[in-house]
Amino acid sequence: MRAPESPVDRDDGIQAQFEAEFGPGVARPQATRDEVPTFRVDANRVKPVLRFAKCGMARPYPMLYDLTAIDERERVHPDADPPADFTLVYHLLSFERNADLRIKVPLQGDRPSLETVTDLWPAANWYEREVWDMFGIGFPGHPHLVRLLMPPTWVGHPLRKEHPARATEMAEYRLPPEREDAEQAALKFRPEDWGMRPASGRSEFMFLNLGPNHPSVHGVFRIVLELDGEEIVDCVPDIGYHHRGAEKMAERQSWHSFIPYTDRVDYLGGVMNNLPYVLAVEKLAGIQLPARVQVIRVMMAEFFRIASHLVFYGTFAQDVGALSPVFFMFSDRERVFDIVEAICGGRMHPGWFRIGGVAQDLPQGWDRLVAEFVRYFKPRLDHYDRMVMRNAILKKRTQGVGRYSLEEAIEWGVTGPGLRACGFAWDFRKARPYSGYEQFEFDVPVATHGDAYDRCLVRVQEMRESLRIIEQCLAHMPAGDYKARHPLTTPPPRERMLHDIETLIDHFLGVSWGPVIPPGEAFANVEATKGANGYYLISDGGTMAYRARIRTPTFAHLQMIPLISRGLMIADLIAILGSIDFVMADVDR
Amino acid sequence: MGRRGEGKPVSSLAQGLANAFGILVGLLGLAAGLIWVERRLLALWQDRYGPNRVGPFGLLQVVADMIKIFFKDDWVPPFADAPVFVLAPMVIVLSTLGAFAVVPLAPGIGVSDLNIGLLFFLAMSSLGVYSVILAGWASNNKYALLGALRGAAQMLSYEVFMGLALMGVVLEAGTFDLRSIVIAQRHLWYCVPQFFGLVVFVVAGIAEARRLPFDLPEAEAELVAGFHTEYSGLKFGLFFVGEYIGIIVISAMIATLFFGGWLGPGLPPIAWFLVKVAVGIAFFILLRASLPRPRYDQLMAYGWKVMLPVALANLAVTGAVVVARAGGG
Repeated sequence: MRAPESPVDRDDGIQAQFEAEFGPGVARPQATRDEVPTFRVDANRVKPVLRFAKCGMARPYPMLYDLTAIDERERVHPDADPPADFTLVYHLLSFERNADLRIKVPLQGDRPSLETVTDLWPAANWYEREVWDMFGIGFPGHPHLVRLLMPPTWVGHPLRKEHPARATEMAEYRLPPEREDAEQAALKFRPEDWGMRPASGRSEFMFLNLGPNHPSVHGVFRIVLELDGEEIVDCVPDIGYHHRGAEKMAERQSWHSFIPYTDRVDYLGGVMNNLPYVLAVEKLAGIQLPARVQVIRVMMAEFFRIASHLVFYGTFAQDVGALSPVFFMFSDRERVFDIVEAICGGRMHPGWFRIGGVAQDLPQGWDRLVAEFVRYFKPRLDHYDRMVMRNAILKKRTQGVGRYSLEEAIEWGVTGPGLRACGFAWDFRKARPYSGYEQFEFDVPVATHGDAYDRCLVRVQEMRESLRIIEQCLAHMPAGDYKARHPLTTPPPRERMLHDIETLIDHFLGVSWGPVIPPGEAFANVEATKGANGYYLISDGGTMAYRARIRTPTFAHLQMIPLISRGLMIADLIAILGSIDFVMADVDR
Repeated sequence: MGRRGEGKPVSSLAQGLANAFGILVGLLGLAAGLIWVERRLLALWQDRYGPNRVGPFGLLQVVADMIKIFFKDDWVPPFADAPVFVLAPMVIVLSTLGAFAVVPLAPGIGVSDLNIGLLFFLAMSSLGVYSVILAGWASNNKYALLGALRGAAQMLSYEVFMGLALMGVVLEAGTFDLRSIVIAQRHLWYCVPQFFGLVVFVVAGIAEARRLPFDLPEAEAELVAGFHTEYSGLKFGLFFVGEYIGIIVISAMIATLFFGGWLGPGLPPIAWFLVKVAVGIAFFILLRASLPRPRYDQLMAYGWKVMLPVALANLAVTGAVVVARAGGG
């Protein structure tokens, strides 16, 4: 399978196809500020429509890219038709069309429910649990509809508008011994709840609690293993320990002041996280960017891709037992951070992109730093190949381990290097160039086996491609503004402020309240370090997002761990975890 | 059991005691010093500094760590089997110290010259596995249990090849007495005729000492800390020291059995012995710096499918050569 090179397909034949299949009026188009065709479908007909979109129609949409909801009850500019209390949003992806499809389902009532789609997409399991957890929307037929991100004892559903957003709006927190005991009891793992049996035939299984604190789970991530000796019979990933409510915070931060929060979603990705957010806001605001801004953004994003992949590379080798590589890679990452610091002022979380630009222009001498790094880093990567990738023990540990096919990857919503390791050259930078990626020359590395080793191989090659992109940024950095000349650029360019009272007021409001973004919705997606990271923003015409949905890649990736680790050993599971490359903040948000 | 001294006979009790005590103190001091050596060497190979703040070159770091460990709460988890939990770390130290007793350092230096020295060494190093199993079992912790299971399987298997690998040396030298084996290497070190025996012994020795790449019972990335997950303070320190004494013992045995022990031109015999042991230790540390860890079943398959046939073939060929030589001469 090859990625289509055609531009994004906005063909409106979709509606005709739906109507031919289900009769007129089944899918009512809605205008959005992004390029995703959006249709409203009534609750009683959505399942057949989704099934048709997945398997029935010509050039179908095989991937459930995202599933989320919107609490519509406090909209000033309601756009639901018919008026709805909640809207469920199914975001589908077609590789053949190189296009997305958004199906919105208006729901009425305080506690609505809708039939599950877990039988259509296994990946819907966690998404529906998240929607239940966050909005209290039920999914009859779901195999195990329990809270996913919040503690099991939590009262209320946080993304509903009536739920408080800050601790100061809630009752004082107390933890008397009885409550502590109850919280502990609620965390107890009962195999029966998950359809697991304590024994089978002659073997009695051991349940091993791997995490939330374990050296190899890369953060606070818990997997309960059902073991027969050291062999994994089944396992249950348990997430939510790193949940910080980033989506709720977006509803209480100005469009501008939410940028630093995005840095902390994939905390190894730095400004790469800013990018989809500011792109989505710029789509809502209709801001056109100067060329210099685009190239600066690309360069910094690629530096963070290298930094993130270096952490992956070192910890992957460490998970397989090699002690030394991680030290080399962390010291190289330090060199990347030196450049990031020189340009942005921050290191891991610079929060440096702005709506309509970047925070400052590049400092004098940036090109020397970048050129030095490029010269230094190329031979280092060859050295690491010898040290890690060609090591016979590492190959034996990772080749053929944690394999999944391309079909499985698409079924489970895998994006990024994990998808490319299955032989599918799908990279959003190539397929749907954003921020000027179409002007860069680079290849999309692929591997064919879809195993842990290949996932690492793809990332190693990606670092070389990132270097190529950075070299091109260095050679062809355009001159010009580092901020767009647009009224909604935040903060507004200072040199335009001190002319008269009007420009001063404009600047003052833009800085104090932040920009007022016109009502509408937009989705922006980037090829982030770990896969596709997208922001789906809904503006109600205010200074803050009405709803901000953060679609992160690793959420989908972690969900398929049981599928790829059954029948393997604990050591294999550790190699698989290393090869997925996740950080829990990216999973839990 | 007879005593045979090379050169000056170790006759008087006082002299023997001084000898044994000196070696004990030296060995423990060396084990502690090794912690510093390993950390500095690893750091050197990993492009960083390592401990360099306490005392000259960070040498006193070990002392500071020991003081810390001595004053830590001597704690036994309430769910553990207390007597066994306490016993396990002692076993590893005693068995490795015991194994070193038969090592002839130089003419006249050595704790004991048993005429079955080699068998005694094998017996003592086999005892080490009890430490791992008992620690894992008594901890009453699932990670410790998995580590202990791995340890038991790994150490029992690799013991077999270790013994077989050494039988070639025994055939060549015609004795189990380590001092005689060294003397038998006057003309040619056994690393040449017994090359395959050396390879198998080194591999098995790493497995016995539970060092990376064969540190599966500990495997910090998988099993947290494996069999000693629940240990802390002085008892953990004993495991630590036991591991380092284990490295010294294996290195000393490699030097004795394959590299002519104290034999060498120019330098005094004890210096030669120490140099050879130091090279062995550095090799162990270099392995740790450079290799990943195989999977448990791969390790076992490697042992039974590669190491065992090599050891057996080596033994058979050596036997044939020895017989042919005897027949011809």
